[in-house]
Amino acid sequence: MSRLIRMDHTGHSTLAEWTSDDPVAVEAAVTAFRAQLERGYLAMVSSGPGHAEQVRELPVDAPLVILRLPIAGG
Amino acid sequence: MAAEPQSPLPSLDVLPETAGVHWRPRVDEARLHRLATLWTLTTAAHVVPFVGSAALLMWLNPLTLPVALVLVAHAWVIPELYAQRGANVLRPHRRSAAAPEQRSLGLLGDLVGHDARDLLAETGLVLERGRFGTWLVGETGALLLRGRRVYCYCVRVDGRVTGASALPSGDRVAHLLLALRADERGFATVANLSFSGAPWRLRRRLRPAMRPALAEAEKGLDMRSSRSA
Repeated sequence: MSRLIRMDHTGHSTLAEWTSDDPVAVEAAVTAFRAQLERGYLAMVSSGPGHAEQVRELPVDAPLVILRLPIAGG
Repeated sequence: MAAEPQSPLPSLDVLPETAGVHWRPRVDEARLHRLATLWTLTTAAHVVPFVGSAALLMWLNPLTLPVALVLVAHAWVIPELYAQRGANVLRPHRRSAAAPEQRSLGLLGDLVGHDARDLLAETGLVLERGRFGTWLVGETGALLLRGRRVYCYCVRVDGRVTGASALPSGDRVAHLLLALRADERGFATVANLSFSGAPWRLRRRLRPAMRPALAEAEKGLDMRSSRSA
């Protein structure tokens, strides 16, 4: 089961869960994913130990997609 | 010949936040080296005139000892203030409620390895090996240990974005960690360099609970250098 989570004031919220063979769940996850990107969130997936990459389309096969806010110099 | 159409979106390999600091050159090995040299020269420019003046006064008239001591104190205090500024990048933010804190730390724990998880529990910092060196990531900044030098970067979740101020501590660290893992050069470009100098200068300015993380990062560097020797 793959998960789309957003880091927020609750620690994190699960926005969608899907399996690649469930088109309805995938569609719902894609819709939730795009809505968060429009809100300004950035989507990240782990790509091996110590590596992450940003994605602009929901990677359906990824086990975990994390939404984060932008960072800035303090 | 028709011009190549320009992509409307930047490459995904580059941290998108770098667009907000487009005037900064992207950090690379050479730039880190230049920054280190600049910090060393700046420190010398602060210290040498005071120490030199103190020595000159003593040579002219030993009765000026009190004034010479004041000058030496200035030479000592100014680099210490810079080191304090460096240590401040790891100052923890105020805590959220217990449940969000636990939840965020659980997610962060899932993102890091077993050893880093132990160190996180002990110090609140995540140790991450990068191409430039060893990073210690906190809630509002990160340290880069490289050779015999530490770089202190002030960087955080963009406070202008709605919801940023309410994030629990684990999420603050996770934001920085994911950005660092996605684009180390971009991360160092976006972050503001607060201090660069010898780790011993920084160590005594860090909160005692965080010092083991610095020691662990230095140990990792020593092991790297002994392997490459």
